[in-house]
Amino acid sequence: MHLAYPAVLAALLFAVGVYGVLARRNAILVLMSVELMLNAVNLNLVAFDVWLRDTLHAGQALTLFTIAIAAAEIGIGLAIVLMVHRNRGTADIDRLRDTAERPDSQDSPDDASADETPTGEKAEATA
Amino acid sequence: MILAAHTTQAAAQAVRAAGAAEEHGFLSPTGVEIAFVLVGLVTLGAALVTVTTRQLVHAALWLVVALGGLAVEYLLLTAEFIAWVQVLIYVGSVVVLLLFGLMLTKAPIGRSPDADSRNKPVAAAVALAAAAALVWVVVDAFRTTWIDLDGAVQGSTEVSGESLFRHWVLPFEALSVLLLAALVGAIVLSRKKPSDQNEERR
Repeated sequence: MHLAYPAVLAALLFAVGVYGVLARRNAILVLMSVELMLNAVNLNLVAFDVWLRDTLHAGQALTLFTIAIAAAEIGIGLAIVLMVHRNRGTADIDRLRDTAERPDSQDSPDDASADETPTGEKAEATA
Repeated sequence: MILAAHTTQAAAQAVRAAGAAEEHGFLSPTGVEIAFVLVGLVTLGAALVTVTTRQLVHAALWLVVALGGLAVEYLLLTAEFIAWVQVLIYVGSVVVLLLFGLMLTKAPIGRSPDADSRNKPVAAAVALAAAAALVWVVVDAFRTTWIDLDGAVQGSTEVSGESLFRHWVLPFEALSVLLLAALVGAIVLSRKKPSDQNEERR
């Protein structure tokens, strides 16, 4: 098999994942796109491992490790998303702007921090 | 005499190289390559639908198609064990976790108009640029490289297990520690905290 086939497929899948991460608004859809990117990397690892006929099979071992780490990542990510949803009532990553710099409060950072802590507490209290 | 022998050897080598090049032709793909391209098209289409559909549950279900297609690609690359691990972990558990997450965050059934953010054109431009650059580099680098799939199977369970438990034991154990940490972390993150609220009240 030509090595370019799996490599090109992995590159295209990675680009699709990049688009999903940048364009999606729901946090769970962003996690799905991250999974696509991880899978593109896995395909590359397997293809190059089979091509090189590595005696240690480093590519396939690393693929297994990547799959396990991706499973752990999706568990932690979903726990964080659920906690944000419970505290804020939304899972849209566009609305999580607590650490954003506001243009009117650039002059006095102390006031900005003093302004932002009550809103954060209010958000937690309303949840 | 020696020169003649050299020339005949060189001619034989040239003939052999030409035969190898004809063996791996661009315009005469093997059956494995055709199957790989077809499954790859299905996978890529499913991935595209996953990142563009407005129905959140459908996105998770199309992700199943994309990940299953990748498992078939692993099988075509003779990495059997990875393929079944892919089916078990990704299709079996990760997608189920994502569906649970969608349900627990009260995702709307049907079309949700705000699934995509406003920077869609910028994201498409970045993704197209990344795809063009990566495909160009990869095709240019591996234009004359072929994978030999006819030899011994590279990724059977026996081979993978032997390499994993003979050469990669220590990373494997470290990975189990990481999974334990992730388990504890997920539980700590997702449980409600009556103790904190009591402390705040005090």
